[in-house]
Amino acid sequence: MLTALALLLAAMLLLGLLAPLAAATVLGARLLYTGTAAGAIGFALVALAALLGGGAEAAPLPVGPPWAPALLALDGLSAWFLLILGITGTASSLAALGHAVGPQPARVLVPWPLFLGGMGLTLAAADGFTLLLGFEAMSLASWALVAADHDRAENREAARLYLAFAVVSAACLIPAVGLLAAGPRDFAFAALRDSPPDGWRAVAVLALALAGAGAKAGLAPLHAWLPLAHPAAPSHVSAVMSGAMTKVALYVLCRILFDLCGPAQPLWWGLPLLALGAASALIGALRANLEGDTKTLLACSTIENVGLVTIGLGLALAFRGADLAPLAALAAGAALLHALNHSVFKTLLFLGAGEVLQAALSRRLDRLGGLIRGMPWTAGAVLVGVGAAAALPPLSGFASEWLLLQALLAGWRIGEFGVQISVAAATAVAALAAALAAAAMVRFFGLAFLGRPRTPRAAGATEHGGPARVALVGLAALTVLFGLLPGPLLDLGAEAVRLLSGGALATRWQVTGLSAGDGVARYLPLAVALLLALLVAGLALGLRRRSPPGVVLGPAWACGFIAPPPHLPLGDPATQPSAAGLAQPLGRMLGGAVLAAEERVTMPDPGETAPARIESGFRDPSFPWLLQPVARLRDALATRAERLRDLGIRQCLMLTFGLLVLLLALVAMLERQ
Amino acid sequence: MQAFIGILTQLLHAALILIAAPLLTGLVRLLKARLMGRRGPHPLQPWHDLRKLLLKRPVVAETASAVTIFAPWVAVGAAMLAALLVPSFARGMALAPIADLILIAGLLALGRIAMALAGLDAGTPFGGLGAAREMAFAAFAEPALILATLSFAIIAGNTNLDAIAGAFQDGAVGVRVSLALSLLVLLAVAVAENARIPVDNPATHLELTMVHEAMILEASGRHLALWDYQASLRLTLWLALIAALFLPFGLAAPGAGPLAWALGLAAFLLKMGGLALALAVFESAIAKMRVFRVPEFLGAALLLGLLAAVFLFVSTGLA
Amino acid sequence: MTYGQLPYDIAHMLGGGVLLFSFVLLYQRRITAVINAFAMQGALVAFAAAWQGVTQDAAGLFLTAAIAFGAKAVAIPLVLRAMVRRLDLERGVETALGIGPSMIAGVGLVGLAILVVLPATTGVHALAREDLALSLSVVLLGMLMMITRRNVIGQVIGLMSLENGLLLAAIGAAGMPLVVELSTAALVLVLAIVAAVIALEMRERLQSLDTHALQDHRGEQG
Repeated sequence: MLTALALLLAAMLLLGLLAPLAAATVLGARLLYTGTAAGAIGFALVALAALLGGGAEAAPLPVGPPWAPALLALDGLSAWFLLILGITGTASSLAALGHAVGPQPARVLVPWPLFLGGMGLTLAAADGFTLLLGFEAMSLASWALVAADHDRAENREAARLYLAFAVVSAACLIPAVGLLAAGPRDFAFAALRDSPPDGWRAVAVLALALAGAGAKAGLAPLHAWLPLAHPAAPSHVSAVMSGAMTKVALYVLCRILFDLCGPAQPLWWGLPLLALGAASALIGALRANLEGDTKTLLACSTIENVGLVTIGLGLALAFRGADLAPLAALAAGAALLHALNHSVFKTLLFLGAGEVLQAALSRRLDRLGGLIRGMPWTAGAVLVGVGAAAALPPLSGFASEWLLLQALLAGWRIGEFGVQISVAAATAVAALAAALAAAAMVRFFGLAFLGRPRTPRAAGATEHGGPARVALVGLAALTVLFGLLPGPLLDLGAEAVRLLSGGALATRWQVTGLSAGDGVARYLPLAVALLLALLVAGLALGLRRRSPPGVVLGPAWACGFIAPPPHLPLGDPATQPSAAGLAQPLGRMLGGAVLAAEERVTMPDPGETAPARIESGFRDPSFPWLLQPVARLRDALATRAERLRDLGIRQCLMLTFGLLVLLLALVAMLERQ
Repeated sequence: MQAFIGILTQLLHAALILIAAPLLTGLVRLLKARLMGRRGPHPLQPWHDLRKLLLKRPVVAETASAVTIFAPWVAVGAAMLAALLVPSFARGMALAPIADLILIAGLLALGRIAMALAGLDAGTPFGGLGAAREMAFAAFAEPALILATLSFAIIAGNTNLDAIAGAFQDGAVGVRVSLALSLLVLLAVAVAENARIPVDNPATHLELTMVHEAMILEASGRHLALWDYQASLRLTLWLALIAALFLPFGLAAPGAGPLAWALGLAAFLLKMGGLALALAVFESAIAKMRVFRVPEFLGAALLLGLLAAVFLFVSTGLA
Repeated sequence: MTYGQLPYDIAHMLGGGVLLFSFVLLYQRRITAVINAFAMQGALVAFAAAWQGVTQDAAGLFLTAAIAFGAKAVAIPLVLRAMVRRLDLERGVETALGIGPSMIAGVGLVGLAILVVLPATTGVHALAREDLALSLSVVLLGMLMMITRRNVIGQVIGLMSLENGLLLAAIGAAGMPLVVELSTAALVLVLAIVAAVIALEMRERLQSLDTHALQDHRGEQG
């Protein structure tokens, strides 16, 4: 199994190296995307084999750093995330294949297999060095993809910000792994696990891992790059960044906090995760309601879902700390299931947005509309994804959010009053975020696919068949399937749940559905779906006799809407709700408090013929509270550093000498200990 | 035997709810009219309306898509399933094991989203306005409902509606501040979910003040009948939910015989009548609030739900 | 006494009702509605006192209840309403902090009150502990109302609702001497009168009831 995985990783590397040759022709690009699709299918198959047949012990690679060979392994946790990567990667490669109608530039082709391979390496790594190597490969490759479309200023800006956050992430994760390895003086996970950090080192590892992995996963307050960078990349890359890359970051978080930090953590470790998760969920869901760009909206929804998963992980940590292993299993199961479900439906939605961009040439909601007529397949698949993202039964999103809410509703069993209140507040925020996500998804689908076209281009949009449609329909089918069979799915991840919940053997989930524990609430999606279908079918049959069949088409009534003028055959686009208009209620109700949303009305003076204008906008709190102070600090430090250039030769030498003495003293001190 | 009784009560419950739902709407209308000094329509009027609407072929806007045609069915199906899960005269119905409060919230969301999408489908200004407002209100109502569920889950140890009703019926729970707060929360959420005054006006004819009605302005004939029927079902479902949780007396125990059912039915009719009267009095006495005052109203409900949970933490910590 | 026993449950419900009306006071915008809510809170406190009189079998508490009812549920609201009519204050109350944030702050204060009371009273009877938590919450919410309202009448009502919390705590403690209760009641009446006088004076001199207007006149004499 590990041999197959190692070969797949090598194949991805090889594809990356060969990609420049493929750049010249259409055939080359197609071959490359076919190759990555095959590789991603291989990832999914290996992951399934590992999940079904138990994992694989760590095995050395023939290559590696000078001190030890690189180790690969596959346990339940990494296999679960590898499955996510496999599904997302396959679908995205297929979509890219469908759109590869002309020669692709090398700067898009080369990083793509390296990106997938880097994520695979991170998941397969069994020592700290390989983990970091894969993680950084993933970061760099995805940066190259974000910067691929660099002739637009906003993309350059996004790529720059993304690179800065990637550096921060690395600057936190490398010391975190270093701190872990400082005790056992070894990088292998097995060794790290045996001597977990304690005291201040454990706290530092927690903080650094949260910052490092959180910056990559898009956890607030380190989420500012995500809504800029994910949309800037080509659509299939956005899909993988949202669907898989954020999950790989969460995997690193799980691996460090739940596994490498030993079997027991104090209760309060869950609280920072809970708080950051709740903040991310709220900010992401609210921003998704205010954004006017399809892909940015979806990226914000990713922040929300990463927040929900993090809430689940934080709960699992807290339950572990309180010795409530069955509840920890419940929370961990919710987090894992939601990670998987989110990656599937978010990949679907991003690929759908990519189809829309391809067909209507715009990502702006205000330039779309009525696409359901020209693109019925895409619209149908996206509708399934929208339903799952809005957590509607019986689709996949509801199953995992049901489990998460059950875990949150059991949070009061942790006896401490402060934790109970925090969990209750997190429950409120999680439910608020879920409802906000539903509103955002209605807005997304309603503006892009329903209503009348807002531009001629949207009116003439058509869709293509081929691999892209296969990807969309396949993902929609998976969304329905995962929604109907969450129990068997979690059984597949039983090993991962056991690892996260601190050794408790997960309760066997029923084939028919989910249960929050013995004798407590149950959710049986198959029964719900069946009953819904039966009720609707019965009603339709019953009404067939009593009601005349079919419908009559007529002009829209709209309380006395007049027929459109001849120069606007589809009606004036301005007479239907705009993106800003649909955003207004929530922007006013919540946006002011959370995102500093504001509206300005400029009324012309009496007698003037200029139109009155209303402007609305918002500001993400991470910009004024985090990024701008950091930028000021950077400028101040740079000014300070500028002074060094004026030093004379003697002063320069003195600096070097002083540093040397300092280092020697440090070495002496360390050797004394 | 138990299974058979469960299925039988479930079928009786289904028949009762499906028939009684429009009657309840008619009753509330009649009571409101009487309170305002009008004679008011006969309680059977909603049924006559439904029959008349069903006989008409729907007119669908040229700009609309298949969503307009399928959405009312989805919404009715979700409302019917949710209504089947809420006990009326007996506990222990066949569907009791899946009568989970979070699932009911999910089904209500399914109906709401179907309606919002139908509102956006024809590309008319009022539909979009209604959809945006409805989804914004729901963003406050849903967490309030979940927090009320949290209180029930702490008291009864379960989120299953049947089990909660059973625990409350046993009376071991006592009268608690948290329960009173949860009742207020549920009432506020019910008012918002059913588009009643003061959040929305079910009888308004002014488009700019519409929320719920604005989304179905384009619906006609069979589609309008379906939308109206699901609105009646939702009202019945909410009143039955409140009755089952806070007025659990008279509910027949699982496995009880027909005599207990008859008693339960009488109690149920009494409770629903009382709640309908209370709703009519409340709606007649109060004015509709501004749209942007609604989040304060529902936000207050949300915080009361949190407060209820906080007090439960205290008392469970003491016990 | 504990859960499931009627005397305890009713006392608990009344205490919870008083707290609920503290939130209603924070939530209302219109000044007449604020006065109504205050009257309801006063009535509830009076009922709570009477109920404690029944359960503790203390006649003095009935007197307290009667005084509380007469002053807080009838007299003070009537006076306030007359004042509102006289000063033509039928418009909304301006809050310094929005309704939403002040409600969130209110829930936070209740949590704080519970966190403070519970450890401080370990070993005391469960009933007294929870009543104390309720009363402290009402006191804190009264203070919150005083700082979030600009209008002087709103601030006065905040102050008196604060006193409701004190009274709630006093009646919960068995064996509180009557004198203390009477003196607090008298104190509140005096406070109300002083506040009314100040409000009238302010209105006359500054043409405003916004206490912010006083800021500009600090240090003036005559």
